[in-house]
Amino acid sequence: MSGWIGIYRAQFKTSFAQQLQYRVSLVLWLLGLVLEPTVVLVVWTTVARSHGGAVGGYDAAGFAAYFIIQMVVNHITFNWVAWDFQERIRLGNFSPLLLRPIHPIHIDIADNITYKILTSVVMFPATIGLIIAFQPAMHPPLWAILAFGPALLIAWALRFACEWALAMVAFWTTQVAAINNLYYLVMLFMSGTVVPLSLLPFPVQVVAGILPFRWMMAFPIELLLGRLSVTDALLSFGVQLLWLGLSLGILAVTWRIGIKRYSAVGA
Amino acid sequence: MSYLRLIWVFFRLGIINVLQYRANFLAQLLSTFLGLVSALGGLAVVFSYTDNLDGWKPFELVGLVGVYFLVGGLLSLLIRPSMERFMRDVREGTLDFTLMKPEDSQLLVSIKQIEIWKLLDIGLGIVLLVVSLVQLGNAIGLGQVLAFVIALMVGATIVYSFLLMLATCAFWFTRVDNILVIFQSMYEAGRWPVNIYPPWLRSSLTFLVPIAFAITVPAEGLTGRLTWQTLAEAVGLAVVLALLSRWFWRFGLRHYTGASA
Repeated sequence: MSGWIGIYRAQFKTSFAQQLQYRVSLVLWLLGLVLEPTVVLVVWTTVARSHGGAVGGYDAAGFAAYFIIQMVVNHITFNWVAWDFQERIRLGNFSPLLLRPIHPIHIDIADNITYKILTSVVMFPATIGLIIAFQPAMHPPLWAILAFGPALLIAWALRFACEWALAMVAFWTTQVAAINNLYYLVMLFMSGTVVPLSLLPFPVQVVAGILPFRWMMAFPIELLLGRLSVTDALLSFGVQLLWLGLSLGILAVTWRIGIKRYSAVGA
Repeated sequence: MSYLRLIWVFFRLGIINVLQYRANFLAQLLSTFLGLVSALGGLAVVFSYTDNLDGWKPFELVGLVGVYFLVGGLLSLLIRPSMERFMRDVREGTLDFTLMKPEDSQLLVSIKQIEIWKLLDIGLGIVLLVVSLVQLGNAIGLGQVLAFVIALMVGATIVYSFLLMLATCAFWFTRVDNILVIFQSMYEAGRWPVNIYPPWLRSSLTFLVPIAFAITVPAEGLTGRLTWQTLAEAVGLAVVLALLSRWFWRFGLRHYTGASA
C-alpha cells in the first residue's frame, strides 16, 4: 500500500510540472467545456418557454440545474486517453512506458487527477458564473447530496475503464479517430449530455437503458437533482457497479491480448 | 486574373498532396456523416417538443445548419489550415520562402495549405440548403436569395479578416495557435441562431468572435428575417475589417525577423 502511495506521489509531481507548462491550453479546453452545456441549456430553455414554461418536468430553472450539473459531472469524469493512445502507438511513445514495472494506466490516472485539480481553479468560478446567469433550481434530499460523491466517483472510474479499453483498439488499427468520433457521438445522445434521457423518444430511451453511458452522466445528475427515489438510487448504484466490474474485466482481457500486438510503429 | 491562376495552382498542389493519403477520405466521410447525424439528431429531439425555436421553423433551421456546414467547410478547407501553416512558418522561420516570391504575401499565406476532403462538408452544406429551400418552397423569393448570397460573402469576408488578424499576431507572440482552438469551440455555438442566446453570449458571438455574421445572418437572409439595413451594416463592417486586416498584415510583416533563420 505504501508502495503505491510513493508511486502516485512521484507521478503526481511530474504530472503537475508537465501540465503547468501549458496553462493557456488548460484554460482553452475549459472554454469548450463551459460553452457546450451553455448552448444546449439555452436551446432547451427556449423550447421550455415556447412550450408554456416546462418540458417533460423541466422548467427553465430545472434545465439550468440539469446542464450546470452536467458540466461539472462531465468535467470530473472526462478523459483524453482514447486520443492520446493513437499518438503513443503511432510514434512508439508507448515503449518506454512498458519498460516501467507498473501498468501504464497508473500514469493516466495520475495525469487525469492532476488535470482535474489544476482546472478546478477555473471550473469553480465558471460554475458560479453560470449559476448567477441562469438561476438554477433544485431540491435534493440530504441523502442524495451525500450519495452524489460516490456516484460521481464510480462514473469517473467507469468512463475511464471503458475509454481506456476503447483506446486499445489502436493496437489493431493505429488510426482510431473515426472510432473515437463514433463513440463520442453515441455517448452525446445516450448519456444525457445534450438532452435529459427522459426527453428522448421512447425507443431511444430503451436503447439508452441498455448502454453503459447513462451511468457515466445521467445517473449522478438525476441523483443530485433529487429526481430519484431511494429504491431507484440503490438499484442504480447496483447497475452502475455491475457495469464498472464488467468494463474492468474487458479492460484486463483487452490489455492482455492487445499488448502482444504492439510492435512500436515508427520506433 | 493572375490571382485566380495562383489559387488554382495551389489548389492542384493541395489535391496532389492529399491524394497520397486516400484512406483519410473514408475517415473524413465518416466524420462528416457523424457531424450531420449529431446536428439533425439535435434538431429532431428539439422539434419533437415544439414547432418553432424562437420563431425558427424546423426547415429554416435545417437551412441554418446548411450554412453552418458550408461556411465551416470553407474555413477548414482553406483558411484554417493555411493560417495554421503560416503560424508554424513564422515559428520556424520558413516564412522567408513565401516572402521571397514575387506575389502578394497575404494571398500566398491565405491559400498555402488546402485540406481537400473538407469539400465533403461544403457539399453537405449545399445539400442541406437545397433541402431547406425545397421544403420552404414558395416562401422564398428572389430578394431573399440575393440577400442570402450577399450575406454569405460578407460573412466569409468578416470571418477571414478576423482570422487573418488573429494569425498576424504571430509576428509578435509566435505561439498563438491556441486562439484558433477558441474560435473552433465558439463556432460550434453557431449551429443555433444567435438570437436565442442571452445578451452577453449573443454579443460575444457577434462582436468578439464574429460567428453571427458568418452563420446566423446569411440564414436570416434566406428566411426573410434580414432587413436591408442590417445587411448594409454588415457590408460596411466587412469592408472596414478587410481594409483593417490588410493594414494590420502589412504592419505585422515589418516586424517579422525570420525566427530561426
